[in-house]
Amino acid sequence: MALTQNHLFAVIMLSGAFSLVSAMLFVVMDAVDVAFTEAAVGAGVSTVLMLSTMALTVRVQKETKRQFIFPALVVFLVGILLIYGTLDMPNFGSFDSPAQMHLGSKYLQITYKDMGIPNVVTAILASYRGYDTLGETVVVLTAGLGVILLLSDLKNRKNKE
Amino acid sequence: MRHHLILKVITKFMVGVIILFGLYVQFHGDYSPGGGFQAGVIIAAAFILYGIVMGLDNVQKVVPVWFAQKGAAIGVLLYALTGVFSVCFGYEFLNYSAISPEHPKHGQHYGIIIVELGVGITVSFVMIAIYYSFADRTPRLDDKEW
Repeated sequence: MALTQNHLFAVIMLSGAFSLVSAMLFVVMDAVDVAFTEAAVGAGVSTVLMLSTMALTVRVQKETKRQFIFPALVVFLVGILLIYGTLDMPNFGSFDSPAQMHLGSKYLQITYKDMGIPNVVTAILASYRGYDTLGETVVVLTAGLGVILLLSDLKNRKNKE
Repeated sequence: MRHHLILKVITKFMVGVIILFGLYVQFHGDYSPGGGFQAGVIIAAAFILYGIVMGLDNVQKVVPVWFAQKGAAIGVLLYALTGVFSVCFGYEFLNYSAISPEHPKHGQHYGIIIVELGVGITVSFVMIAIYYSFADRTPRLDDKEW
């Protein structure tokens, strides 16, 4: 539905709603951490940022007269390839999938002994994989710095120059 | 947004609840789902909501621009200094057992809490700072213009 709209406000709202629905999907699949993030970032913050971008630029997309057949064909083919790829994956929640067999079960066994906390996800994220999380935090900071450098305080900057 | 009384009243009530939930996700993250990333975004969402409804000037009285920008760096600093702390006591970088050598388990627990706090501070202030830099450029719109 979002693809056929020309009004960007409607497109942004629809994609926010889509994020909310996929957050519910994550809850159904027992990935509550991811659902939190999707609901807060996807449906919340990024919708606000998109809306303020729209307020800065234009409200309505220009009409295009381009042919949609070739892009549609590419999308369709990639979709088929992706679905074909999932055929090899183990069933959802299956007991003998690789994720359950090797490292995952080991972490489940040793985490409580090492850390004394029940949430294995947090233990892996913050302690076993502490380097990665430090890197991720620096990435978040760098992304923020980039946006701040590009956008903030432009009015005053122009006046000074 | 000057005349939306219902939105303002509900926002005043909800901001507190959202921040409380964010703090719960932050500090209860080692027992229940959640952690620094999620908590940071939730707390930032509370401030952004306040900024949308009450106006940018009012939210910047609570969290000034310089505070948001410096706070983002302080979170990373807190995380990295935890690692440096354990190096100083002869452990590996980011080995939290250094925090309490007699009880390595407790050390790990404290370390995870401190590190997650650093992540939460960085994420929430980065989100707020990004929102500021977008909203600062947007001229105030009337309802009809949307």
